[in-house]
Amino acid sequence: MRQCRILAPCAMLGYGFPKVSFLKGMELKPDAIVVDAGSTDAGPHKLGAGVGIVSEMAYKLDLASLIEGSVKADIPLIIGSAGGSGAIPHVQWTKRIIDEILAENNIKGKRVAIIWADIPKKIIKERMNENKVETLGLTVKELTPERLKKTNSVVAQMGHEPIVKALEEGADIIICGRAYDPAPFAAVAIHKGVDAAFAYHAGKILECGAICAEPGTGKDCVLGIIDENGFTIRPINPKLKCTKESVAAHTFYEKDHPYILHGPGVVLNLKKCEFKETGDGSVRVTGSKIDFPSIYKIKLEGAMLAGFRTFVIAGIRDEYTIANIDEIEKGVVEQVKDYYSGIDKESYEINFINYGINGVMGDLEYVTELPHEIGVIIEAIADTQQLADAICATARSTFLHYGYKGRKSTAGNLAFPFAPSDVSFGAVYEFSVYHLMEVSDGMEMFDIEYYEV
Amino acid sequence: MRLYDLAKIVRSKNSGPFEITLDILFDNKDSYDKVKNSNILTKEYIAKLYKTDVNKVTCLTFYDQALGIKATLARKISSGTCKDRDVYGAQQYAPLANIKID
Repeated sequence: MRQCRILAPCAMLGYGFPKVSFLKGMELKPDAIVVDAGSTDAGPHKLGAGVGIVSEMAYKLDLASLIEGSVKADIPLIIGSAGGSGAIPHVQWTKRIIDEILAENNIKGKRVAIIWADIPKKIIKERMNENKVETLGLTVKELTPERLKKTNSVVAQMGHEPIVKALEEGADIIICGRAYDPAPFAAVAIHKGVDAAFAYHAGKILECGAICAEPGTGKDCVLGIIDENGFTIRPINPKLKCTKESVAAHTFYEKDHPYILHGPGVVLNLKKCEFKETGDGSVRVTGSKIDFPSIYKIKLEGAMLAGFRTFVIAGIRDEYTIANIDEIEKGVVEQVKDYYSGIDKESYEINFINYGINGVMGDLEYVTELPHEIGVIIEAIADTQQLADAICATARSTFLHYGYKGRKSTAGNLAFPFAPSDVSFGAVYEFSVYHLMEVSDGMEMFDIEYYEV
Repeated sequence: MRLYDLAKIVRSKNSGPFEITLDILFDNKDSYDKVKNSNILTKEYIAKLYKTDVNKVTCLTFYDQALGIKATLARKISSGTCKDRDVYGAQQYAPLANIKID
């Protein structure tokens, strides 16, 4: 029977994993090591600013172990959504670190593939004119030529096709730009001739490492064994166990629908799946189905600058101040606007977040009683950093000395934990592109480049 | 009984930067059936709880195999931009947790 074994070391490259688990996982003779490095979870800043999610130190530490393991076993290592967002700077950063590791360890005779996932704006514009670009989500703003122009870079999530191609071409290390999280896992299984339904469903579970186990953790290894009739998820660390609930629950994880999952060129239907515990901490999954829609669509992601932020963190312990917080905030904004009357009021905004009142839920908070102390964030967002700094500083000093009715604490309304108090934070981004675009097939937009070490 | 006490897992998370998805999972069929058959959880109810239009609730599905319920709604503010309060959307289940199930 055709079978494929994939070792997933952790949920995110740079999160780390116990060395013991990894070595034990390697003893189980995987056909490939696959690790996801990407996410949009941390917001649009990583893509917009071209920076990573994890530190270079952690990224290199994980990569060094993975490269050592894959070279020793002579199996491919695949990195999905390199550098977090999978755009050019993220892929280049990953390549540089991998090249460093190969050189430092004197590893030679390896073939490295880079699969680029950046989509030229010219192509997007053409497809927009052909009505082949649609929003993905009810609150996604329409993609206008102007918003596209403001967007720093656009990537698309690749499916398994270019990764399978790189495996066919004998790549030992594959650095994928932005990829659909399960795709690098699915590619290994599909390359081995296993059914795409099991390949993608297993990929969906494996891409998060041991989060599918109990207790769930993104910092430990799992092995996926995928064959012609289904797949098995097996945690490596004896402290972790997969249960049918934990794996089924993970099928749910961070998806808009519990059993219909859309990916590039694929729709998974997991309604009839069965999850069975095999008695050794593993779970066997069968019944996954897959469809291949006639029109191939890829998901585009792009970020644009939304403004610059400066903020200050403070605490309030005075019951009158807390009780009058709404009035104080309103008064502070009015006084700042009066003071900067010569500055366009549209060029900045002042926001308050009150932890202890409704910091997390905003207007959805249903608990109304007031606490004895609150944490306050005063935030200025402006067209320039200089303006954000000025607005925040004035808002802070106004708040500190604001004289509301009945005030007793006339020496100051805020307790600052730090000096200086204001944090000149930098750029804030917004996802300006989150759209589906029609393509001819899974290969069209993803160029592959090879080099030998 | 509160839904938070009845369920094994109650959680929220982004499903992409423009949606929040709410998961309620159970470790026994009785509790799952109790909540499912109470008919309390509807798109309309979720919309009311989250102060949004019912057409912004894109999914409310019961998944018997996993003893799980999922609801997904469009974010008013996309993840990580100005005025977002929860970049990962990981703490947005509180209104759900407090639902009373008789």
